[in-house]
Amino acid sequence: MDVLIETLPLRAALVGNPNCGKTSLFNLLTGSRQKVANYAGVTVERKEGRFTTPGGRPFRLLDLPGAYSLAATSPDEAVTRDVCAGRYKGEPAPELLICVLDATNLRLHLRFALEVCRLGRPTIIVLNMLDAARKEGLEIDLPRLSAELGAPVVGVVAIRKSGASDLLKLLDNPPLHAPVIQADAHEEVHATVRRLLTECTSRPAVASEALEDRLDRWILHPVWGLMILLALMFVMFQAVFSWAQPVMDAVDAGVSGFGEMIRQFLPDGLIRSLLVDGIIAGAGTVVVFLPQILILFLWILILEESGYLPRAAFLLDRIMASAGLSGRSFIPLLSSFACAVPGIMATRTIQNPRDRLVTILLAPLMTCSARLPVYALLIAAFIPRRSIGGMVNQQGLVLFALYMVAILSALGVAWVMKRGGAQEEHPLLMELPAYRWPSLRNVALGLWQRAVIFLSRVGSIIVTLSVLLWALSSFPAPPAGATGPAIDYSLAGWIGHIMLPVFAPLGFTWQICVALIPGLAAREVAVSALATVYAVGGVDTDAASQLIPILSRQWSLATGLSLMAWYVYAPQCFSTLAVIRRETGGWKVVFQTAGYLFGLAYLASFLTWRFALAMGWGPS
Amino acid sequence: MRLDELPAGIDAIIDHIDHRGADDTVAQRLGELGFVPGEPLRIVAIGPFGGDPLAVKIGFTRFALRRSEASRVILQDVA
Repeated sequence: MDVLIETLPLRAALVGNPNCGKTSLFNLLTGSRQKVANYAGVTVERKEGRFTTPGGRPFRLLDLPGAYSLAATSPDEAVTRDVCAGRYKGEPAPELLICVLDATNLRLHLRFALEVCRLGRPTIIVLNMLDAARKEGLEIDLPRLSAELGAPVVGVVAIRKSGASDLLKLLDNPPLHAPVIQADAHEEVHATVRRLLTECTSRPAVASEALEDRLDRWILHPVWGLMILLALMFVMFQAVFSWAQPVMDAVDAGVSGFGEMIRQFLPDGLIRSLLVDGIIAGAGTVVVFLPQILILFLWILILEESGYLPRAAFLLDRIMASAGLSGRSFIPLLSSFACAVPGIMATRTIQNPRDRLVTILLAPLMTCSARLPVYALLIAAFIPRRSIGGMVNQQGLVLFALYMVAILSALGVAWVMKRGGAQEEHPLLMELPAYRWPSLRNVALGLWQRAVIFLSRVGSIIVTLSVLLWALSSFPAPPAGATGPAIDYSLAGWIGHIMLPVFAPLGFTWQICVALIPGLAAREVAVSALATVYAVGGVDTDAASQLIPILSRQWSLATGLSLMAWYVYAPQCFSTLAVIRRETGGWKVVFQTAGYLFGLAYLASFLTWRFALAMGWGPS
Repeated sequence: MRLDELPAGIDAIIDHIDHRGADDTVAQRLGELGFVPGEPLRIVAIGPFGGDPLAVKIGFTRFALRRSEASRVILQDVA
């Protein structure tokens, strides 16, 4: 029996209030030996890692979601409650609970620790940031606290490399009995907390909070706070757009170069086409997102770690509340203007599951940068470069209108969803944590995890679908002596023709329908797909300039406007749908998103087409 | 006085939490966050749009509360 205990890893779980430094401790203990997934059936992140104590005892450590109480009010807290109680389906009860408290905030955190100790499972109490507490003049009587709670109490400094040595020593021989709480079970929990604080701690120094007071005076200020936020957002978007762009271009060039190399290396044929146009091109679409995702997440992780993100949410809460959301939704939605993929991944910072879902549903409505090439093509082809009143360029005005229509639609959709949702009060009650320097380890691990999740889980879906699209556009091959573009003879061409009756009421031509299919891979692919359909040769950038006169000759203005309206909503981005699939852990939201976007796109195009016809802009 | 009526920067002490209905999860959560009778608190900042939400400092923690949430916190009368 002894042998079994020695070799089987002990299942331990970290619990604690949000912002107690639990995840820092988790990162310190397990390093890169972490597995990130979702709990079955919910969009709550499950993090598990492994480590071995200096004495050689192996552990499997679960990082449970932060909770203020075991009387759960969110799915996150419900997971923590059920796993702690051993009631979570498919999740064995932890053999040891490691309850993490911020030593500088015992008044709040001790209450939860008492709840955890009363569960009657083997428990260790960990006081994090003990050094900061001492620096503030707060002395904590660990043996006394340990006696009161009936569980071992150790101090750690999760942000320091050797900060968990006391805990690791204790874990060599962990307690395997339930805590024996001295505190009276009938005593009200807050009264117990107050008594423990007076009995086990020295009076804390008052000067310690001067930093938060000083910083918050500026950061939460109605005018300066908003200016600081504006400046941060401005730099963040400069970074996402201008720092990421050269890297993305380089990745893009690298992938095409690699594809060309393979093309020259292999004989002409199916295998070569599959490799170059299917797999490599598909993998290229995945990798090209990575620079944007990493830069955006670098910012978000730093803002989150430093304690700024909840303050930004504080400043913007009222505005977002008018759309039925909370301030937390602002950054993910703003990020979606660059690309919905990192935007949707950023919704992880939204704790409220309903807000998170609504934000995910709205993200594709933010005009992402991939729509710009399509807008640019259509505007150049159909909107004359005229200035209105000598000041405003008509083309610029149309582009602005396209962005505004998308934003207003998002507000409208949010309003409808708020109406349709439950009428219950949905509280903010958000902690504004202490300011801290972001830890390099936490930021690096966070970036690494985002990259792995995106490349493996989202990437596999995108590559699979790219290969499928390639097959649709390549089979069957055009018959010998065919004159039209090859895609016209393929399954995609066939589907495009079948789609025509559906899209004809929008003023779409069969060429547009055919181009919509490869355009599913990414919105900007529609440009090169149109070039393929109209059999325009040459490089992509060339293709656009050759397409402009063809389109303005062959389509009416009404068709052009209708297609623009389509692109404001168009759900045709596999990458977005794949990331929604990954983030929500199911297909339901994917179909909801695609469905409502398709509906809106169809409606908007139909109305635009009808309006344009009435204005006499139809085909002559 | 209710917390949403308290001017910023003035210290006050909680008298009780107003539970609206038998199962007021907001009031219950306020208690779990340390909003309990006898605790001192202060409003440290007010949101820039429409004076909502409020940043409240209680003990060593700051919380952002919307006015509707803050209105459940009833303060002791200043002597």
